[in-house]
Amino acid sequence: METRTIRHGRRLTPYLFLAPYLLLFSVFILLPALYGLWISLHDWDFLLPNRPWVGAQNYTELFTPGSRDFTDFWQSMGATGLFTLFSVPFLVTVPLLVALLLNQKFPGRAFFRAVYFAPYVLGVAVVGVLWRFLLDPQIGLVNDYLGKAIPWIIDVPWVWVSLVGMTVWWTLGFNAIIYLAGLQDIPRELYEAAEVDGATRWQRFLHVTLPGLSPVLLFVLTVTILQSANMFGQSYIVTRGAPANETRTAIMFIAETGLRSFRMGSASAMSYVLGLVLLGISALNFRFVRQREM
Amino acid sequence: MALGGCDSSSTRSNAQGNVITLTFWNGFTGGDGTYIRKLVDDFNKATPHIQVRMNAYMWIDLFQKLAGSVISGQAPDVAVMHVDDIPTNAARNLITPIDEVARALGLEESAYTSRVVWQGGLYRGSRYGIPLDMHPLGMFYNKALLRKAGLDADKPPRTGDEYMAVLEELKGKGIQGHWMTPFLFTGRFQFETLLWQFGGELFDPEGTRATFDSEAGVRALTWMVDLVKKGYSPANVSQDADFIALQNGRNAFNWNGIWQINALKDVPGLEWGAAPIPRIGTQDAVWGNSHQFVLPKQRAVDPARQEAARTFIQWMSQRSLEWLKSAKIPVLKSVAESAEFKSMEAESQFARQSEYIRFPPAVAGIADAMLMVEKAVSQGMLGRASPAEALKAAAAQATQVVQHNRKKYGA
Repeated sequence: METRTIRHGRRLTPYLFLAPYLLLFSVFILLPALYGLWISLHDWDFLLPNRPWVGAQNYTELFTPGSRDFTDFWQSMGATGLFTLFSVPFLVTVPLLVALLLNQKFPGRAFFRAVYFAPYVLGVAVVGVLWRFLLDPQIGLVNDYLGKAIPWIIDVPWVWVSLVGMTVWWTLGFNAIIYLAGLQDIPRELYEAAEVDGATRWQRFLHVTLPGLSPVLLFVLTVTILQSANMFGQSYIVTRGAPANETRTAIMFIAETGLRSFRMGSASAMSYVLGLVLLGISALNFRFVRQREM
Repeated sequence: MALGGCDSSSTRSNAQGNVITLTFWNGFTGGDGTYIRKLVDDFNKATPHIQVRMNAYMWIDLFQKLAGSVISGQAPDVAVMHVDDIPTNAARNLITPIDEVARALGLEESAYTSRVVWQGGLYRGSRYGIPLDMHPLGMFYNKALLRKAGLDADKPPRTGDEYMAVLEELKGKGIQGHWMTPFLFTGRFQFETLLWQFGGELFDPEGTRATFDSEAGVRALTWMVDLVKKGYSPANVSQDADFIALQNGRNAFNWNGIWQINALKDVPGLEWGAAPIPRIGTQDAVWGNSHQFVLPKQRAVDPARQEAARTFIQWMSQRSLEWLKSAKIPVLKSVAESAEFKSMEAESQFARQSEYIRFPPAVAGIADAMLMVEKAVSQGMLGRASPAEALKAAAAQATQVVQHNRKKYGA
């Protein structure tokens, strides 16, 4: 009876609850995004009085070979794609292993939990500078120990190894904590029941842990893909795009175009293309996991 | 210098009521920040009726902040920027012409050591910048290493042939003498230097077309690549590793910016020297840049503040000797010829290049096109493409960029 009165009498209630966030979302995300769309249809420098309307030209140029930005933009999209492809598998699996270990009972567990999470609290600038010096081909500690001159931060494929490696080291703590929380939510009885049924350790992992974690997995996978696709600081600080812009990511190139060359129109168009690609990938992602759940 | 003392006592009574506070922005976030801060403090002590508040930002951030401040009517009264950033900022209406200030201060070309540093403050016939200093590339060398190879540590090579002979000599002793990096600091600066030395240009004079893929450009980049091929440099030298290797006694020569002088002074026990860049090509030329005072655009023009800003710029440029201790070379002949400057040994060596220091053309948005030069140097040095191919592709793209900029900022 009571729920009925709420439903019928106060239609506004849910919207009022949503209002504060909706307001923030509109002012800081929706409106800027629409404004960005408007900007992307102009040759836009906010300081110049003349910002000519160019229609879809900023977009068509991105798809026209031989245009000013064609090679650079798609090279940067490729770099972002490669980084995402190389880093996501590690960023999804390694933290899971760490979380499984940290979920055991052993002395010093709290200490190790803190240790694995510790790098995550550092800013990208700190992490970047640290690794840049460790990995320097001539004067770095890593090559000194190896007794080799591997171009860790200068040439392919080593740059990818470095960028992925340092990113995994840096951010695995975050995903591990999420997994850990997920693991603790799986009812103990399920494990006990499985054990009674004679399930092996591996079978328990496969049939109890993984299904129990699936919402968490979806979250981790989606967030990690988006984070990897937004990679900027590591390339900017460690490799500076080397060799010859091959590790310059999409975000890095968009920032250069918009904020250093003051071509906000082109930069906004690039952001929209990147945004649409990421939207597509996230949608596929959700669909894939939903299907498996059914 | 007497100005400070008597001025303050005589005007204190009437100035006390209205002290003018100026804001002063610059990008001196490194070692030179200490020097500029001290100068500003001295100025504030000397002129109680004008107080200057200084803010230092990273150069890249400075331009973004400047844009925001001009739009919101909060622009600083005075700023410093690099000479090659002046055209872009003038075209974007962030700074105002200051021909009058230059006239009022009695500045003219003949007082300057370099024509280009005076001309560099001009954009489309109007003056926007008043030179504070120049900071060219130069050659640092490790004396102990040269001696170890049986070479005269007080006579660094001057010509291309001498230089190659010394590098060969060092190689015989197992020393890679000239580490070459593909990065902006200072691979691109070395490329520009060599390009000009071989008689090439980055762009045509009007800035309509990139020309760094000329024969001179190919020779310049080939010379750089050959340093690695001939074993005078390791491959894959990261940014600054060449300079660190010089300090560690693994690299004999490093063509680097004059700003590194104070860093070398701080290395205990290091015996180092400075010299002009040898003439590898057919003529003398060297990459350089210059810090210049500019006046950001104000929403409301206040003559009293303008007058105060003028006083500040004049006072600062008269104290340039103290500023030069942060490792710069003077722009005024009077300072360059003074005994005090001549006693600054390393800086004086760099100053020998004053007459042939070169800048990119004064064209709005030129920095965007210079990114292509960087790309070509990187591709060539890392063997992604031959020097000729790398330069050709990059120059074609740079031409697109300058053409686009001409449309955007007006030809």
